[in-house]
Amino acid sequence: MKAESAYPKAYLYARIVLAKLYIDDHFSENIDLNNISSQANFSKFHFIRLFKKAYGKSPHQYLIKVRLDHARKMLKAGHRVSHVCYTLGFESITSFTALFKKSSALTPAVFQQKQFLLEKDQHQKPLHYIPACFAFKYGWLQKSNFEEVI
Amino acid sequence: MITRINHVSIFVLDQDSAHDFYVNKLGFQVHTDVSMGPGKRWLTVCPPEQPDLEITLMAIDEGMMFTKEAAKIMRDLVSKGTFGFAVFECRDLLATYEELKSKAVIFTKPPTKEFYGFEALFKDDSGNWFSLGQKEAK
Repeated sequence: MKAESAYPKAYLYARIVLAKLYIDDHFSENIDLNNISSQANFSKFHFIRLFKKAYGKSPHQYLIKVRLDHARKMLKAGHRVSHVCYTLGFESITSFTALFKKSSALTPAVFQQKQFLLEKDQHQKPLHYIPACFAFKYGWLQKSNFEEVI
Repeated sequence: MITRINHVSIFVLDQDSAHDFYVNKLGFQVHTDVSMGPGKRWLTVCPPEQPDLEITLMAIDEGMMFTKEAAKIMRDLVSKGTFGFAVFECRDLLATYEELKSKAVIFTKPPTKEFYGFEALFKDDSGNWFSLGQKEAK
């Protein structure tokens, strides 16, 4: 039996997935979620209901989540908070900070500072981040000359 | 008393390729990625909603966990799809199936109602296979 015939409403899921992937690709733009639902040939209500069933979040909540995920990546990479905020389409530093803090329990600046310290520590003491049994098995504890070559 | 599991390993043929598969296709997040010197990389990823379960993407290379002969045998076994290392869970199997298919993930079994649940099977870039199930509504 072909996969496509395994469930009768595959086309509905395909349209919801397309909408989700559109958000994944265009998260930094001024996305009109009404427009997405109409392009997917759904009423707004039906679209939100199906999207939430599939992803556990409304399209708007999902868009915010994707933006915040990318914000964490950009902050880790060293971008300035204001640059991250406006690049990802947040309206203001204030709203960005509030959403980020609600999601990560830290402000973007504090998050970035902690990430820098973590990366520095991982670079200097990589064995501290590896369970001892693995390090022992690999011989990293006995022949730990890796510190010289990093 | 053992209370939790915090690390499991998946043996992979190539860590760069596995990173791309697990992060960019499956949507996992990198937990730790540190260099241990030439040819030694500690790479762990987590499912998005399970940040405290680290999946170690373990390279099958000589001189690490394996002898030359053992690495060759293990690489052969993995690439032939011998191992099913885990059962993954998602909120909506049909949506996840459509999304992963659109990202060129290979499914060996489409979403199917079984007596034990709703399940699909897919392969990673190395050849490991996984069951993907839908969390049952309480």
